[in-house]
Amino acid sequence: MEAKQHTEEISQPAELDPQLFRHESGRMVVALTRLFGIQNLALAEDVVQDAFCRAVEVWKFHGVPANPSAWLMATAKHRAVDILRRERTARTYEPELTRMIESEWTLVPTVHEVFEPHAVQDDQLRMMFSCCHHQLREDARVALVLHILCGFSVGEIAGAFVSGLAATEKRITRGKKVLAKSKKLFDVAEPAEFSRRLPDVQRALYLLFNEGYHGASAESAVRVELCRDAMGLTAILLEHPLGKTPGTYALAALMNLHAARLPARVDASGNLNSLPNQDRSQWDQSLMAEGVRLLELSATGSAVTEYHVEAAIAAIHARATKIEDTDWGAIVALYDTLMKIRPSPIVALNRAIALAQFEGAERGLKEIGLIADRKRLARYPFFFAALGDFELRLGRPEAAREHFKIALKLARNAMERRFLEERTRACVVSNGA
Amino acid sequence: MTEFLYLYRGGESPKSPAEGQQHMQLWMAWMKELGEKGHLKAMGSPLEKTGKLVSGDKKVVRDGPFAEAKDLIGGYTLVAAKDIDEAAELSKGCPIFQFGGAVEVRPILQMKM
Repeated sequence: MEAKQHTEEISQPAELDPQLFRHESGRMVVALTRLFGIQNLALAEDVVQDAFCRAVEVWKFHGVPANPSAWLMATAKHRAVDILRRERTARTYEPELTRMIESEWTLVPTVHEVFEPHAVQDDQLRMMFSCCHHQLREDARVALVLHILCGFSVGEIAGAFVSGLAATEKRITRGKKVLAKSKKLFDVAEPAEFSRRLPDVQRALYLLFNEGYHGASAESAVRVELCRDAMGLTAILLEHPLGKTPGTYALAALMNLHAARLPARVDASGNLNSLPNQDRSQWDQSLMAEGVRLLELSATGSAVTEYHVEAAIAAIHARATKIEDTDWGAIVALYDTLMKIRPSPIVALNRAIALAQFEGAERGLKEIGLIADRKRLARYPFFFAALGDFELRLGRPEAAREHFKIALKLARNAMERRFLEERTRACVVSNGA
Repeated sequence: MTEFLYLYRGGESPKSPAEGQQHMQLWMAWMKELGEKGHLKAMGSPLEKTGKLVSGDKKVVRDGPFAEAKDLIGGYTLVAAKDIDEAAELSKGCPIFQFGGAVEVRPILQMKM
């Protein structure tokens, strides 16, 4: 049939990385921002948007090219050269590059250089640090990283953070204004500035990972892409001579050890499994090994960060092939340390849960009663779920049920809801028995 | 079988990279399906959104676009179908409808003896 020859022209979209556009978006925006200057971030974003529109139009007719990333980059480069030629004098560009852009001899090679993989990676790092500006709050930093470096739209970010669209939009717009005012991208070759801002960058990456792992997103509790993005950015940080501190190694270790458990955290029908109920054979052994390796590399110097402690806790879980083999005593001790380094009601709650495993549910209940700013957990479903679990273990299913009901009301997505419904039902069963 | 031209009109630009990729993959899947069912005569091409309009006896050349964005033709495809009804029915699978666009279905004029 005549139509046959046409189908052969279309390459199969099946092999295309589903996150390709999103990842390339971040890489292209940072490269173009390097060329145009941070104050022209909006121009860089326009060029990227344009490249995607072009790709969508052309590829839907002619199929995905053999090297889609190169195609997108070439389109963006082409457009960048056009803009730089046309507006050479109309705008001020990145000071370091202005001279190169002004001469026709160096313009095209400069643009090509900026899009080289190693250059793009440096720019990702510059942008990561730029986004963690001291005038911005933590949530704004994370939102900017998600938007600029990870290619998420404002709407997608609002969805991930259960914050309103208008509020997210405002946060990102304000963040971009702060970036534009900073006049130039963060200089990652300046050791004192680098070290000063590094903890903020580590924290933003930690929060990004957590959003993926414990996310409050309405669509799903586990957004694997967010975890992967956080790990990718952390890996870039580890490649920089000033970035590979013990704290960064510990952060990377923590991410790998947690990510190793992701396959077991959600089962085949999309249900959330708590740690005791996870099928440990599904834990990813290569991520686990990488986590342990990174944790060993983190054990230098004298500073113990919260990432060291959290990674050590994750490593103890990883080592136990059955829940019964878990060294709860060691975990409690680590939570005690964590409460000294970075106290928070969530850490205190996790400590109480570990204590309940170690010494029994009675002790867990007592510890929960002692959490200083317990009020801040009033909207956290797993606070009530923990209370329910303790009551259930103490043979008081009715009290347990009340706690699970409150937890259920606070559930932030369908996955959490199903999980808590299951727990609520468990109380009825044991009541009848 | 008669030939028809699909003219793709309007449609929003994707709001995020992920949406763009999804949009593109939906189109590719649809084109592939048309091809497998033997309806695809020529995949056609996308069109640039800019251009020139040459008109009048003075042949005045003006800059495009020539229509409002919602009516702008963004591309075309040549298909084969039994009749105009089948061609219109087939066009309903086009992802353009999810993005606010439209398909104009035009029969290729037949040379009947």
